[in-house]
Amino acid sequence: MNLVEDILKDAPATPPVKYTAKDFQSDQDVRWCPGCGDYSILAQVQRVMPDLNIPKHRIVFVSGIGCSSRFPYYMESYGFHSIHGRAPAIASGLKIARPDLMVWVATGDGDGLSIGGNHLIHVCRRNVDLKILLFNNEIYGLTKGQYSPTSEVGKVTKSTPYGSIDHPFNPLLVALGAEASFVARTLDRDPKHLQTIIRRAADHKGTAFIEIYQNCNVFNDGAFFKYTEKETKDDNVVFIEHGKPMVFGKERDKGVRLEGFTPTVVSLKDGKYSASDLIVHNEKDTMLSFILARMSSIPDLPRPVGVVYAVERPLYDAEVSKQIQQAIQKQGEGNLEKLLNHGETWAIK
Amino acid sequence: MNKAFKNLDEVTIRFAGDSGDGMQLTGMQFTSTTALLGNDLSTLPDFPAEIRAPAGTLFGVSGFQIHFGSTEINTPGDACDVLVAMNPAALKVNLRSLRDGGIIIANSDGFNEKNLKLAGYESNPLEDGSLSRYQLHAVAITKLTHNALDDLGLSNKLVERSKNFFALGMMYWMFTRPLEPTIKWIQDKFKKNPELVEANTRVLKAGYAFGETTEIFAVRYEVKPAPLAPGRYRSVTGNEAIAWGLIAASVKSGLDIFLGSYPITPASDILHELAKHKNFRVKTFQAEDEIAGITSAIGASYGGAIGATTTSGPGMALKAEAMGLAVMLELPLIICDVQRGGPSTGLPTKTEQADLLQALYGRNSEAPIPVIAASTPADCFLTAFEAVRIAIKYMTPVIILSDGYLANGAEPWMIPSVSSLPDIAPKFRTDPKGFQPYMRDERTLARPWAIPGTPGLEHRIGGLEKEHITGNVSYDPENHEFMVRMRQAKVDRIADDIPPALVEGDQKGDLLVVGWGGTYGAIRTAVEDKRREGKSVSHLQLKYINPFQKNVGEILYNFKCVLVPELNLGQLARVLRAKYLVPAVTLSKVQGLPFKAIEIENKIDEILGSTR
Repeated sequence: MNLVEDILKDAPATPPVKYTAKDFQSDQDVRWCPGCGDYSILAQVQRVMPDLNIPKHRIVFVSGIGCSSRFPYYMESYGFHSIHGRAPAIASGLKIARPDLMVWVATGDGDGLSIGGNHLIHVCRRNVDLKILLFNNEIYGLTKGQYSPTSEVGKVTKSTPYGSIDHPFNPLLVALGAEASFVARTLDRDPKHLQTIIRRAADHKGTAFIEIYQNCNVFNDGAFFKYTEKETKDDNVVFIEHGKPMVFGKERDKGVRLEGFTPTVVSLKDGKYSASDLIVHNEKDTMLSFILARMSSIPDLPRPVGVVYAVERPLYDAEVSKQIQQAIQKQGEGNLEKLLNHGETWAIK
Repeated sequence: MNKAFKNLDEVTIRFAGDSGDGMQLTGMQFTSTTALLGNDLSTLPDFPAEIRAPAGTLFGVSGFQIHFGSTEINTPGDACDVLVAMNPAALKVNLRSLRDGGIIIANSDGFNEKNLKLAGYESNPLEDGSLSRYQLHAVAITKLTHNALDDLGLSNKLVERSKNFFALGMMYWMFTRPLEPTIKWIQDKFKKNPELVEANTRVLKAGYAFGETTEIFAVRYEVKPAPLAPGRYRSVTGNEAIAWGLIAASVKSGLDIFLGSYPITPASDILHELAKHKNFRVKTFQAEDEIAGITSAIGASYGGAIGATTTSGPGMALKAEAMGLAVMLELPLIICDVQRGGPSTGLPTKTEQADLLQALYGRNSEAPIPVIAASTPADCFLTAFEAVRIAIKYMTPVIILSDGYLANGAEPWMIPSVSSLPDIAPKFRTDPKGFQPYMRDERTLARPWAIPGTPGLEHRIGGLEKEHITGNVSYDPENHEFMVRMRQAKVDRIADDIPPALVEGDQKGDLLVVGWGGTYGAIRTAVEDKRREGKSVSHLQLKYINPFQKNVGEILYNFKCVLVPELNLGQLARVLRAKYLVPAVTLSKVQGLPFKAIEIENKIDEILGSTR
């Protein structure tokens, strides 16, 4: 047993009391702009936390830099507001050193996909057991309004007065390309769905990547309104659920069907197609996950929202611990005297 | 045949060949056998950055120099007594390191037309008389190796690969060393391939027998054991010693080591070594880049491990922002910079000391970090151990400066007993009563180490300026200045907790030679030589560079002149001048090579005036 295990051996493994959302509110004043989508994300996370049955001293939120990265200050748990883009790497080190902790990462489209893109993809491929909340608002907020790696081509911002010519990242495709074992999308303005997805991520073993469409009401207001507002949402979003056909529309009268590898929208009204002709979502289907993620880049297709992909594969942090246990079993606990005296030595008298 | 024995106090040998000729292995075998005989020694591996440069080229030459003796040995030797050259390029590149009258053993089979041309020789130097200043022995090493193995039916390629053992056997004969340690090593190394055990052993013995029976060598040499202090010894390189020092600190503190590292020459061997020792619960993480190396280590330290990261100059540059974060967070962290020639990619496999100012100042804003430097390969052990002690006690990142010369060089090391190492006692905060993240220990000014998992200590930290005591984000002007000064004061206070600097030689005099890090051996040799000549010169080698030991100023003021030899353009001298207002004189060398003692001696003579 090392010293850390020793001092923590009596720490309770379950919450001493039944928590409520309020137990996860820190004493810090929340300083996001009034009306910011971040408030909803914070509230839903705080609402889900009590259900996890994990004591708050075992929960850590790590963030980088940006509006989203203020998140840890507002959570009554352990929190670590670090430097731009590096949260996945810091969180990896923490989780590998301390597999007993539940480690969350709060990041944004700039923090996670631009300056920290490298760390994000490597966390995903390793499958470190981290829960990553990527707040995507398609803009740089904290630096006051430059285009981000998810901004659309043509976007006029302070740094692109003639329109952006950068092709944007599709966050789901980045995570899937890096072979994340859990990839989902949800909406800041749909608290119920947001809670469901956060809960799914918390229960997932391995890197859980959630893209959250988040409205920056100051610098990019309405970027996702088509997908989040009552009038347009139903016709532009398809909520995907494992084992269920991809039906959408205000009247539940439209569906997504595969023609070859190309998803197309079909009407269920005229009797030509029925639910059995549609894609039945399968979270474990790698190929399907790419097709669903790709739908965001095809105009006229609804955006899939929900768990796109969820599979289990070995956890990096657990594998590290396993190798250590195996080495100890095979060679015995490290003996410093033996280490310093191994190999060739000689005595001088 | 009886041959004359000649006793020598010290000898320097350089093995040189193509980078595929196995010269590093040959040199290391000669080193361990020599160490076993009780000689003091110092080595200098000198290899190209290319893994297998085209055969026969000048830039593909790999060398290994060993200086050993019956007296105290502090450097790999200024000039070689013996040069083993496996081809013309090896001869051309290394001839300038051979003293006049020195011995050349050349593999004449390697001196064919193609190789001569590649090395830029118009005629064969083994035949044209151009080497008449030296004792030249041309030996058909390749042919003799073939002869020794011709009944084994090995491929040409395999036979040629054994020829370094022929050269090694000859040198074992010439310097009266036993074959057994190397034979044992061969048996172990190639245990899965009995054919290679047989071949290499045979060739090694053939080389030895060749020395014994041919008329070429008239004398063989003996080098008696050195008067080393009694104890059990081993050979150790700087990189091994850093790794073991970290493990020792882990054992003595009860904390696990977490190494976050990205491969970089010449630091990678620390990662390799630590990765072997998982039964010490060492966690090594080969990160996606240098930044992830250090930031993952910071994450591990936050969780209560000894977070460490190892790198070289270019990687140091990439880690700078994260070091600033560690300063702000006030978490223990070990950053080990194994310096190499720069700037940029520079000279990856060559040594330099030009990262000192980067280590001291290479971060945005006021970001003080303790800096300590190792002076010999073996000293890397205690340097790493001390770095961990300071990091944990003062809740601060600590930078260890090593260099390519220390990293790959080896020397005999008296193995310390584990009980002689002090305990390191981390103090984790567990009591929620009165806890504040940035409250401070009165004596050390360290903040509490409150790790996640501890009930009741939930708190938030980060890179934004902290309010004194509460650790809340604060933009208050007075608080910022207070915290900047606090972080500086905490590091300054370490000076109260380190042993005083020790002068080698007289405490007062005409000249003090001040060095830091890997120049220790060369300066010590030079100063001792000059002291024997009656010169008033002393030596101070600084291990602690930030903060300096408290008596450094006093020592400097006791000498009329201060000379600072450095493998850079005068970085320590600049710091000493600024802090102590002494007119320190710089002796610079930036050739990717360590100092020779003679270079320092010449400078000492220049300053003091030659009295002979």
